[in-house]
This record gives sequence, C-alpha cells and structure tokens, in this order.
Amino acid sequence: MPHTDQSEQLEVDWKTQIYRVLKDFDIRHVAYVPDAGHSTAIDLFEADDKVNSVVLTTEEEGIGYLAGAWLGGQRGALLLQSSGVGNCINTLALPAGARLPLLMIVTMRGDWAEFNPWQNPMGQATEAALKLMGVRCWRADSAQDVEPLLRGAATMAFEGDEACALLLGQRLIGRKEWN
Amino acid sequence: MTQTLLNRRIVVAELLDQRADLIVVSGLGSPTYDVMAAGDHDRNYYLWAAMGSAAMVGLGLAMSRPKDKVLVVTGDGEMLMGMGALATIAVQSPKNLSIAVLDNGHYGETGMQRSHAGLGVDLERVANSLDFDYGSRISDMDALRDFRQRIHASNALNFATIKVDTAEEARVLPSRDGVYIKHRLRTALASAG
Repeated sequence: MPHTDQSEQLEVDWKTQIYRVLKDFDIRHVAYVPDAGHSTAIDLFEADDKVNSVVLTTEEEGIGYLAGAWLGGQRGALLLQSSGVGNCINTLALPAGARLPLLMIVTMRGDWAEFNPWQNPMGQATEAALKLMGVRCWRADSAQDVEPLLRGAATMAFEGDEACALLLGQRLIGRKEWN
Repeated sequence: MTQTLLNRRIVVAELLDQRADLIVVSGLGSPTYDVMAAGDHDRNYYLWAAMGSAAMVGLGLAMSRPKDKVLVVTGDGEMLMGMGALATIAVQSPKNLSIAVLDNGHYGETGMQRSHAGLGVDLERVANSLDFDYGSRISDMDALRDFRQRIHASNALNFATIKVDTAEEARVLPSRDGVYIKHRLRTALASAG
C-alpha cells in the first residue's frame, strides 16, 4: 500500500494521496466536474486504465452514475467543487432512499480568503446543506488531515452504505490567485 | 397532429418482450408504472425520485456491467431535466446502453402540462447531434420492433423518442423500498457473475 511518511516529508502531497487512498478502496469509477484543487487526482485517474473517469456536465449526474455503478457491483467517487454541492441537493434523495454508498470529495470556495463574493453564499452553506440531506461530513484544512479523513469517510461510505463527504478547505487548497 | 400515437403500455410490453437478462432502469412517474405493468423483475431498478437521473443510473450500470445490456425507460419530462446527461453519455459511448423516452409531450404526473417536447423540442435530434450511434423518433410498431432488436444486439449506443398518447393508464406500483430493490438487483447480478 502506498504510504507517505509524514515525518520525513515536510510537505504532504495530499493531492496525490487522494488518488492513492481511492485506489486502496478499489474505486473503479471517478465522476467529476473539474476543479483546480482536484486537477492532480483527475489527471492520475484519467491515466489509470483500471478506473473509468466520467466528466459530467453538472454534479448531480455523478450521483446517478455512481448509483448505477454500485448497483452493478463497483465502487466510485464524486469529485466536485462546493458550488456543485448545491446542484446535487434533490438528487441526494437517491442514495438516501436506497441506502447507497456515496463518497464525495468537495473542494471549497467561499470559506476563507475568497476574492469573489458570489462564491460565498453556497460556500458558506455547503456543509449545512449536505448535512440537511443526510450526508456525513468531515473537513480538512491542513494537508496532514486529508489522508486519514478520506480513509475514514471511505470506510464509512463503503462499509456502512452511507453518503459521506470530505470537504477540502481553502486554507488547504490555497487562495485562488487573480493576477 | 396527423400521426397515430402509440399506447405506452403496449410499447413497454413490446420492448420488454422476451427480455432475457436485460437490465431495466425506469424514470419516476408513469415509466416506472409501465415497466412494472410489463412484469416485475429482479433486473428492474425503479426510480421514485431524483428526477433527471434515470439515464445516468443506466450509464453507471452499463459501464460497470459491460457484458450486460441496459435499457433506460423514461419520460420526456424526466429526460429534459437530465438533458446534459446525454452529452456525458455520448462521451462515454457504451455499446450496451439504450435509452427509450416515452414522449407524450406532457408532464403526466402533475396534471398534463405541456413539456418542451410537446412544444417542439425533439430529443432524438439532441442525441443525434451528440453522435449517438442511433437516434430515432418512433411512431409505429414496426420501428419499435426494430428498436427492440437493437437493444438486444448490444453493439451501439441507442436513443429513441417513442411518441405515445396521453391516455392515463392504471397506476401499477412497484415497491417503493429502494433498499429492497437495490439488494434484489445486486444479488441477481452477483449470482449471474
């Protein structure tokens, strides 16, 4: 199992760890709407012929897709930005109603040092909105937290047939540069 | 309207005739009742919510079960809500997936308000513009039987808009227990290998 020795590495490569943890959990499908914070994982999955990468036009498509993949016996994950959580709300009835596993990895906007205030309403509501729809949430604001929190969320998604989300804060990702 | 419209129950019964191992996903509302009316089956997955998701659930099944054939049966309103999904499906382009839209041009579940399909939007033209292998508007039983053959040939990504009338049929209700239907389908697929 690939593992990063954090004591020997000052900077934890959390972007690659997302890929490695999902591979450890035998993820066979990755559905995504692109985000810069997910670009490393998306590139790694696109290059992995054992994983089917599915680019979506809108995030809720991924919930239906992953439900179908799970009905067919395979695991997947949804990569999205916090704005896309808003697009998913009604469709979250599907994993809730059928008690399907759902693993979402959400890159945050509008939660810290946000330049564009139009991102703030959805960014501030993301975690509460997910919880209102029955999704369990964890939040990583430092690189060291990503790997263990993702492992925990994936465990509870796939061992417990639950909808689980890991939120990656802007303090982790870094503020978006505008010039 | 000069063409004779088909009856949705007769259409679905024909599509599912001698279905063998066909996996069927139904969109919420009348298509779910139509699929149930044709006979409950371990390989049916009925959606009761998540409007716009039927085609994507079908895509997930088609991609995870490449040796199986998957048919999505949904309505024009449900497909319109997930129209972007057609672009996603076209990019993946599985050859074991077929989508049948029962198009009565109306939102039947909510009081027969006209839909975009009833106001001139032709969904099969959307599929064709996305380079589906096959996209057709079906308004007679011969073309429908040809479409059924295509579903079972499993060598193309298929889409059909099937023009049906607005007659209300009896509601034949499948189980609303999504967990039960999930386990039933997964068990059926796992035992088939």
